[in-house]
Amino acid sequence: MIKFILKGLIYDRQRSWFPIIVIALGVMLTTLLYCYMQGVSSDMVDINAKIDTGHVKIMTHEYAKIASQVPNDLAIWDLSKFLNKIKKEYPIDWVARIKFGGLLDIPDDKRETKAQSTVFGMAFDLLSKNTTEIDRLKLKLAIVRGRLPQNPGEIVISEKLANSLQIKLGEAATLISSTSTGNMAVHNFLIVGTTHFGISNLDRNIIIADISDIQYALDMEDAASELLGFLPTGFNKAKALKIKSNFNSPQMTMLTLADQNGLGEYLDLIGIKLSIIISVFVLAMSIVLWNTGLMSGIRRYGEIGLRLAIGESKEELYLSMILEAILVGIIGSLIGTVLGLLAAYYLQEVGIDTSELLKGSKMLMSTTIRAKITTTSYFIGFVPGILSMLFGTMIAGVGIFKRETASLFYELDV
Amino acid sequence: MQDTLINIHNLSKHYSIGGGQFSALKNVDLKINAGDFMGLVGPSGSGKTTLLNVIGALDSPSEGSVEVLKLKIENISAKQAAKLRKEKLGFIFQTYNLLPVYNVYENIEFPLLLLQLSSTQRKDLVMQALEWVGLLDKVKSKPAQLSGGECQRVAIARAMVKKPQVVLADEPTANLDARNSHNILQTMEKLNQLLGTTFIFATHDAKVIGYLKRKVTLIDGRVEEDITLPPRGPQC
Repeated sequence: MIKFILKGLIYDRQRSWFPIIVIALGVMLTTLLYCYMQGVSSDMVDINAKIDTGHVKIMTHEYAKIASQVPNDLAIWDLSKFLNKIKKEYPIDWVARIKFGGLLDIPDDKRETKAQSTVFGMAFDLLSKNTTEIDRLKLKLAIVRGRLPQNPGEIVISEKLANSLQIKLGEAATLISSTSTGNMAVHNFLIVGTTHFGISNLDRNIIIADISDIQYALDMEDAASELLGFLPTGFNKAKALKIKSNFNSPQMTMLTLADQNGLGEYLDLIGIKLSIIISVFVLAMSIVLWNTGLMSGIRRYGEIGLRLAIGESKEELYLSMILEAILVGIIGSLIGTVLGLLAAYYLQEVGIDTSELLKGSKMLMSTTIRAKITTTSYFIGFVPGILSMLFGTMIAGVGIFKRETASLFYELDV
Repeated sequence: MQDTLINIHNLSKHYSIGGGQFSALKNVDLKINAGDFMGLVGPSGSGKTTLLNVIGALDSPSEGSVEVLKLKIENISAKQAAKLRKEKLGFIFQTYNLLPVYNVYENIEFPLLLLQLSSTQRKDLVMQALEWVGLLDKVKSKPAQLSGGECQRVAIARAMVKKPQVVLADEPTANLDARNSHNILQTMEKLNQLLGTTFIFATHDAKVIGYLKRKVTLIDGRVEEDITLPPRGPQC
């Protein structure tokens, strides 16, 4: 009987092709949309984690209250001691960071100001032998010209800033800022490279320096603005919450990634959006396929009547329709999933450049939007594709199943 | 003494139409024997098709009793009715009702699939049926490639392939010209003699009536006449 049904599907293009095309399209769009949303959300989460939030972050209570103002006078002091303690208690990767603001002054040959700009600075551990920061932030890939700092007193700045200030590599630059005690800080650096991250906020007026240089420049010896902790397998809400709930310090605050920058709400929202998209997909496809099932039923009225007359029971008839629907659903869903994954793979590898759109954006997100294929991508459209065809056929077939054989036979006009 | 395959006693069939009731069959009494080649004859609306459908367990009596192959139609479940049709009854329709996407072989094979026979058994039976109707050369043709007469012969082969005890034919010649009508009637007559299959026609076609051994005339749902016809003379 399965062979008979398969033959029918192959021979009768109207019975199979239209539903297969509808399902394949729907599944493809769902898969692609899911991968796209995964790409955007995980990209955003990943960037935020690496640059700003960590998977967990420790600050002093007072710093945390006004963190957006970068109040380095409220930073974590006795850093080495605290870092050793925290590493023992929570054996994940911990790194110290300093954020700072200031004025970058470029002098000419006569030591007069040639160019000047306000800058936002980030200090990472760039010079230690075992630093993980260069790889984590993909700093080598971000270098446009020159190189990363290899010696104390060297900095890199964003390519955009370098162009706007018309700076050449090897030029000196003076950072004018305030120390952690509120005094004026003036420190000279050598510009050894320029960067472009493809992340709107990091490609503006940014300078990147080694943390020990900035500790020295801002009178923050053995201090850091924040401590960022990174889980070995990426962000996991439950694991991060467990660390947070075990953390107990009278002076310090620990936040998870989900507590910061509205990322928790964002992740929840993505989950809700995905559920809505999948539900709408199943509903819309079920209605379309119900309609298709009805049309097919009308077209095959003679066949249905004949099969009843030949001795197929309504149950067998209904079952064969469902079997047919499952076969069509599997074929359509398979095609749709493959097409969706191919499109998602292209988006994952090549991406869409949105740098023009994000010119004024303050969000910490990549200017290249990429999809992300996860394990879920393989069945996020596949299962609803089969279900929608199944529901559509089940609803369409109810009419046949519910009617009396006799009245159905008369209606079928055999 | 011939076996009685179908015993109809005081059969009435009513339908609700609007607020009222329409009686398609009224107190029909009929016995149909094994090997009969009989026709239910009468004008349109006389109840021929309704009676055929009740005998075929596609419809149930409103009153009275219909026993088909020892099964009381008024008492059997939908599943039992389907089983009866699947195993013991064959149907031939005015409009052939071949499955357009399948070829001749597959159309004839379909009833055997429901009987869950092996592919070898199915093949033997299909080829035999094709031989009966003279369509061995059309095995792979699709219904759209056949003439009306050939389509009806495929329909006969499909009805006969499982060797049913009773074949119910509703106006089988209505869409055929005279030559094709005689052709298929001769085929059915031959099968009646060869296999002893009982044929029951619903018809008002004189050509069909010419082949019948027994004629039951229905008028307004009642049996007006039930006569045995003399054997036909030799054909030219």
